[in-house]
Amino acid sequence: MHVDRYERYWMWAAIGMLVLFTGAIVITAVTGAAHPPSHTEVIDPETLTVAGEFATPGVTTHEDGRVTVSLRAEFYVFRPEHVRVPAGVPVTFRITSPDVLHGFQIVGTNVNLTVAPGYVSQATTTFDTPGEYLVVCNEYCGLGHHLMQGAIVVEPGR
Amino acid sequence: MTAAARLVLANVWVAVVAFALGALMAVMQALARAGIELPFGTARLYYLSVTAHGVLEALVFTTFFIMALGYLVTETTLGRIAGMQWAWAGFWIALVGTLMTTLAILSGTSTVLYTFYPPLEAHPTFYVGATLLIIGSWLWSAVMIGSFRAWRAGHPGERVPLALHGMLATVAVWILATAGLAVEVLVFILPWSFGLVDRIDPIVARTYFWWFGHPLTYFWLLPAYVLWYTVIPKVAGGKLFSDGLTRVVFVQFILFSTPVGLHHQFSDPGIAGGWKLLHTFTTYAIMFPSLVTAFTVIASLENAGRAQGGTGLFGWLRVLPWRDPFFAGVALSMVTFALGGFGGAINAAYAMNAMVHNTAWIQGHFHLTVGTAVALTFMGSTYWMLPRLTGRAIAFPRLATMQPYLWFVGMQCFSIPSHIAGLMGMPRRVYTGEFQGVEAAQAWIPLVNLSAVGGVILFVSAMCYVGVVVGSMLVSPVTAREPFEYAEAMPSSTPASPLWDRFGLWTAVAVLLIALAYGPPLYHLHTMTRFPSQGFSPF
Repeated sequence: MHVDRYERYWMWAAIGMLVLFTGAIVITAVTGAAHPPSHTEVIDPETLTVAGEFATPGVTTHEDGRVTVSLRAEFYVFRPEHVRVPAGVPVTFRITSPDVLHGFQIVGTNVNLTVAPGYVSQATTTFDTPGEYLVVCNEYCGLGHHLMQGAIVVEPGR
Repeated sequence: MTAAARLVLANVWVAVVAFALGALMAVMQALARAGIELPFGTARLYYLSVTAHGVLEALVFTTFFIMALGYLVTETTLGRIAGMQWAWAGFWIALVGTLMTTLAILSGTSTVLYTFYPPLEAHPTFYVGATLLIIGSWLWSAVMIGSFRAWRAGHPGERVPLALHGMLATVAVWILATAGLAVEVLVFILPWSFGLVDRIDPIVARTYFWWFGHPLTYFWLLPAYVLWYTVIPKVAGGKLFSDGLTRVVFVQFILFSTPVGLHHQFSDPGIAGGWKLLHTFTTYAIMFPSLVTAFTVIASLENAGRAQGGTGLFGWLRVLPWRDPFFAGVALSMVTFALGGFGGAINAAYAMNAMVHNTAWIQGHFHLTVGTAVALTFMGSTYWMLPRLTGRAIAFPRLATMQPYLWFVGMQCFSIPSHIAGLMGMPRRVYTGEFQGVEAAQAWIPLVNLSAVGGVILFVSAMCYVGVVVGSMLVSPVTAREPFEYAEAMPSSTPASPLWDRFGLWTAVAVLLIALAYGPPLYHLHTMTRFPSQGFSPF
């Protein structure tokens, strides 16, 4: 099959571009740990409000200063709705749902999780800038979807 | 009118009615989101209309229009559709399914959006109707394959006509795609919906959904490409730049359309990152045939422009038939698809996806791709198809000429602000973006309002289209019927190896790729300890 010279150049350029894209993705994944959230922990959605980590969700500060925030996303509310965390330390968000799918997106950051009943979603981030961050649900969950709203107050580091 | 023309027109009618209803839903959403007081402005109606818009445009309009195009291409390239009675059976089954699903949505018992992610639970009618729509489309697939095989038996060794080659690739993609949907609906959703089992796993269901959901977009796109490659060069007065490469492109879509779906689930728990990375690579692979398409189709148009006396570096553009609404629609579709394609490269980027996942960016993205590249091409092709099928001239030619440009302007006005609002963090599919007036949300309100202006322009364009189609089908006088003609390939274009016409072979390779890309993550999901969920209907 004859392929026109310019079209051949174009195809090589297209392959070069795609290799560049995938190369950048692999390099940032390997060296910068830039991965999507892919936590594979499971949990029983029907008992999680009764006992355990998600029955009393909230902020836990570890001895080395790291912070874990456990949350529930449920019909039209995040529990807790307001979270205080320090700037400059790694904060791990752990979140699950007792009902349908929800989203957990911290506006202005790249924390963006699908929350599914039966699974624990997890992401770790470090807030460099103190202030109040809006949390929204970005997965349709019913008629109150647009009412799901939370806040993360990042306080200046110690 | 011939029997084939009746079949094609019946499918076009359903597509156009679904399109009009879907457009009505869309303009209501745009206005409601911009905070305009509407008598029907409630969250309940908003989410109901989002469901109806998604189902009617993305599933009903596209599927019926593609079935029409498939039959049209079969009839005009092979001269015969084999199994007419099956084609009509498919049409009626799909139509009954569409009516069931639409009524389920309008009754307010199935506000689950077109993605219907469990454990959101719709009325069983919703799922049964959707299943019938798919079964109807499978009969279409069978008729397409049967017609091809009947022709092949009488024409051994002959090259498959190029337009049919593309439509058969579409059929292959559709069969591979709907296999995933069939598992989701028949194995998991229907038994749960009818109460035979109590629980369903949302991540398992989503994984089968996106096995279907991404090749679905190529099921929409490939017939548009068929028109770009095989008809538009002719409409523009030129020839196709390369017949051989076009076949290679179509086959690449069979191979790489399906093993890519995890890039819709980057933010999902329960699926390990390595499989998501693999699907990133295959998603970038499927961009290659579209990049080749950009060259081949534009080179064909340059050939057309120069054949009509256009000179200079860009002078050939000026002489192209910009007043022909089919040509203009496709040209504007191509410009829009370039933007949408690069957005898609960002969506598919393993880690960068977190910046855009489920934000307003996504709605901006797919309105450029399926909402313009595909829909505007289909609308344009209606103006080409109808007079040739019915012998009636296009009604309201000025409206028809204006319509693609209106759509283009409206869509840029809708989609670009949506992209920006998404980058600023605005979620998609929300009744209101106000979030109690917090500062971050204030910033995206003007963008939402601009989108609403785009929505109104799009609605005007949609109504122009519907008006022209209805007028052309019912009112226009019957004049001379022009023939359907496809573009010839340029003399420099030598044929590709007959290997590229072996659909069974390439489909088998595609099955192998799907097994590699989906086998391990699905095996892992199915064998791990899981806690499936009961259903909820919060609407």
